[in-house]
Amino acid sequence: MSSENAPNTPPKTCEVPAVQIDGVSKSFSGTVALEPVWLKIRKGEFLTLLGPSGCGKTTLLNLIAGFLEADKGELFINGELVTQVPPHQREIGIVFQNYALFPHMTVAQNIAYGLRTRRVPKVETADRVREALALVKLEGFAGRRPRQLSGGQQQRVALARALVIRPRVLLLDEPFSALDRNLRTAMQVELKEIQSRLGLTTVFVTHDQSEALSMSDRIAVMSRGRIRQIGTPPDIYDRPQSHFVSNFVGDANMFQATLKEKTGTLVQLDVGGTRLTLDTYQDELPEPGQVTLFARPEQCHLTKAGQPGTIPATVALSVYQGSYAEVHLDCLAAETGRVMQRVPASEAPEEGTAVGIALPASGPAIYDLQGSFS
Amino acid sequence: MKKAPFDHVLDWSGRILLTLILGFVMLPFVVVFIASFNDSAILSFPPKSWSFRWYANVFEYRDFRKGLVNSLKIAGIGATLALLAGAGFAYVLNRYEFKFKSVLNGVLMSPLVIPNFTIGLGLLILSAAASLPRSIWLVVAVHVIIVLPFVVRSVYVSLQNFETRYEQAAESLGATPTRVLMTITLPLLLPGLVSGGLFAAILSFNEFTASLFVVNQRTQTLPVAMYNYVREYADPTLAAVSVIYVAMVAVILLIVHKLFRLEKVLNVE
Repeated sequence: MSSENAPNTPPKTCEVPAVQIDGVSKSFSGTVALEPVWLKIRKGEFLTLLGPSGCGKTTLLNLIAGFLEADKGELFINGELVTQVPPHQREIGIVFQNYALFPHMTVAQNIAYGLRTRRVPKVETADRVREALALVKLEGFAGRRPRQLSGGQQQRVALARALVIRPRVLLLDEPFSALDRNLRTAMQVELKEIQSRLGLTTVFVTHDQSEALSMSDRIAVMSRGRIRQIGTPPDIYDRPQSHFVSNFVGDANMFQATLKEKTGTLVQLDVGGTRLTLDTYQDELPEPGQVTLFARPEQCHLTKAGQPGTIPATVALSVYQGSYAEVHLDCLAAETGRVMQRVPASEAPEEGTAVGIALPASGPAIYDLQGSFS
Repeated sequence: MKKAPFDHVLDWSGRILLTLILGFVMLPFVVVFIASFNDSAILSFPPKSWSFRWYANVFEYRDFRKGLVNSLKIAGIGATLALLAGAGFAYVLNRYEFKFKSVLNGVLMSPLVIPNFTIGLGLLILSAAASLPRSIWLVVAVHVIIVLPFVVRSVYVSLQNFETRYEQAAESLGATPTRVLMTITLPLLLPGLVSGGLFAAILSFNEFTASLFVVNQRTQTLPVAMYNYVREYADPTLAAVSVIYVAMVAVILLIVHKLFRLEKVLNVE
């Protein structure tokens, strides 16, 4: 089993990582917020902590920043032990969800704050503030107050303020969630550009899977205080290793199935009477018996009813979405009784049409019924 | 759409009721304001002839001058001390978890339950037993005890509304805890602190019951001086004092409003 897929066991060491988390855990008055986590973040890497609220991603971020003290485990930044180091000595830049710009200071004073605490000479401070403003394209805004700026501009100031101190790690705590959609996409592109240009090690916390997929070098999917899977965006999207990850990242069609036989990665399944043979990508396969079969909507396609090797279903509803239509299907074999397929809008079948769902020979995965992994 | 006659009745009766209530609230001051210009030496209403002489009398009467100076001193020193102590306690209550937190909170709030005269009497007995002089500091001590709960509450509320992300952002930018306090926390809490201090000063300035127990001729506050005056004379001088009094508080509030915007200070924004 590769270390990529075993996030809860310590991996082997090689070059000095920008951030190394060794068995760090945290509880709040008896409630476990974060189970022991092992994680290494390479220099210059953009790593995303993705998960629903309460999954422990923000706790982990606060532990890296030093706002929280770990119950157990050690934390290293650039190979230096920082577990006991207070936040103001960690040399970390942070952009918060609400930006937390100091309302009683101008944009320039906000950006200069981290330089003044470091006693950087006045002339150099002025230069670096100007550079930082240019970096985020806010020249001419130096004298404004935060409340005179739009959400996008406030975010740029927050970014400039965090970057001007040349942090060892940049932490982003859901920085896009307060922006509207168009601006959000523009800011994502801009941030990603700045990040790769400066080669900044970045830890990004979000619950938005599309943000995670579009920006990250690697994604750590978290739930209930654990890292469920860690890997590149294609790893996570195309090869999810658990029911939770399949469902949380992207759309998932889940079927109830019986695993008859497995030879290597090849599995024989019975899905509501339909017999299927699939080549799975998984590291670990469940034992023969009741399992959950997972496939992405775009891996499947709709056929005429009664085609051999297809799962029978009936069209319940077609939802027009412009370039395509979402076809919701009643399917006896589906885990929730429903699955969803996308088809070109012109080809959307009528409600009540009986159809078949054809699965590809490789791509889908099977999970234990409990939906848990490891 | 045309309104039904009944709606008009409701509409107008509502307005009239509102006017009456507001009028009722303002009534005491209006009566006193008019009475202060009464030329007659008896507090009669309504006045038959008009004069400013009672205002002149206020400034000529030694006890009022002395009382005003005492009251301002006591309010100033008392509010400052209460603010320092209260802000400290509020910070501790807001930021730390400890065993006797509810006990501390209870002790701090207890002056709200204990009547002012009890506090005054208590300190009077204590100072007599310890043979402390009945100086202005004794009055200040009584006032600090009385206004402390209000200051603690006021600062506590602003701390509760305070966004700790500001402090975290500053810390991440390399600011030591002291620097965070001086450059972020205190400046942002200033409206709350001003409101607490202002509230304390006005309460102290108005305080009468407890002061009565602990003042002497030399240290008497303006309200006590007014009480002593009314026991001897029944002329409209007191009405004039009242008007001056209200005007002074209004001016202070106006200045604070100019400096900090009152909505922010009083936490009503």
